[in-house]
Amino acid sequence: MADIQYQAPEDLAAASALLAGAGGKARILAGGTDLLVQMKFDVVEPTLLIDIKNIAETRTIAEEDGGFRVGAAVPGAELGEDAALAAAWPGVVEAAELIGSTQVQGRASLGGNLCNASPAADSVPAMIAAGAVARVIGPDGQRDVAVEDIATGPGKTSLASGEIVASIFLPKRPANSGDAYLRFIPRTEMDIAVVGVGISLSLDGDGVCTAARVGLGAVAPTALLVDAAADALIGSKLDEAAMDNLAAAVSAACSPIDDKRGTVEFRTDIAGVLARRVASIAFTRAGK
Amino acid sequence: MAKTHVTTTINGDETEFLCETEQTLLDVLRDELHMTGTKEGCGTGDCGACSVTMDGRLICSCLVLGVETHGHKIETIEGMADGDALHPLQRNFIDMAALQCGICTPGVLVAAKNLLEKNPDPSETEVRFWLAGNLCRCTGYDKIIRAVMETAAEMRGA
Repeated sequence: MADIQYQAPEDLAAASALLAGAGGKARILAGGTDLLVQMKFDVVEPTLLIDIKNIAETRTIAEEDGGFRVGAAVPGAELGEDAALAAAWPGVVEAAELIGSTQVQGRASLGGNLCNASPAADSVPAMIAAGAVARVIGPDGQRDVAVEDIATGPGKTSLASGEIVASIFLPKRPANSGDAYLRFIPRTEMDIAVVGVGISLSLDGDGVCTAARVGLGAVAPTALLVDAAADALIGSKLDEAAMDNLAAAVSAACSPIDDKRGTVEFRTDIAGVLARRVASIAFTRAGK
Repeated sequence: MAKTHVTTTINGDETEFLCETEQTLLDVLRDELHMTGTKEGCGTGDCGACSVTMDGRLICSCLVLGVETHGHKIETIEGMADGDALHPLQRNFIDMAALQCGICTPGVLVAAKNLLEKNPDPSETEVRFWLAGNLCRCTGYDKIIRAVMETAAEMRGA
């Protein structure tokens, strides 16, 4: 095995410089729950690990402009313990808390889940629904990127050389808003999503949906933002016709693979079923 | 091969070791520090046999590198009993036959202790979900759950 160097810089510029200087042979280490397993099986063979957990920005949850900026390496367990964040974005938090076991929750992060770029990443459809924006730090400074534009395919991202996701911004929502995430797995816990759906929506005083975003996971090479599904909800009170249209739009957006965990037909059908349930939960939360 | 010098606190004792980057905390505990109470099951974070806490947070020691523990506090199964006096969880696991082969037991105990520190009065459902990442191929889990519930009740009364 090649000698692997380890660096734990204390600021993002240093981490970015190390990453850019390594010519693709470095990996960013956040929680490590995916990376260490990939290294064990030689899926990735880095010569440098850049641990970003000594950088304050990646480890902090802060309120900002009425929303929340969540450090890319904050472990899932800390998200649920932040009462204000859990109250503001229950769907994002419940999605993050579905990732792995209690032990994995102690390490696994939103930034890692996003940059690992698995199509089945649980937190990503919920973040897409939330309109979350990743703050990317690179050799040329910083840029803000919609989370749905980070993954470009399984294990692949749009990040350029030396670029690091430092934090995720969850924006302020209007009053009477709610979000939710559900996934289908064949057991109760500790499994990978066969389908995942996240929905965030806002209601007016009469309970009519004024805005919605629908994120869909595990049914395409990347998690998807499905505008047609959101359009099915907007202007409705989530009556049966709107729910039918939602389910149809979600199923139409699916282009899944066939594998041992689900067939194309099953995933496509279940995506619509889950979308109804998720919309219903988000609707109830928005009304509270 | 360049090794990194790491200083941690393990079970309250300041501990120094040298390790290569790819050595996990589990490797360091077992192979460098000869603390073999922590077990290796899958090595990929799926089974929980290697559970320890780091700064009070339950983790799989196979999913943390030794170099990442610099400056942090680790608690392992070796720190659970007070001398010859077993922790109430350990005593109840024996009394209530909550283990058979014993490979998963250190991880289950560390995980259960961490739960009871955070939540002294968990429901059975909460115990089952908390321990979902600790696989046991012998007991069928029921006796484990009962022993944790019994211990929680006992410790609340104490």
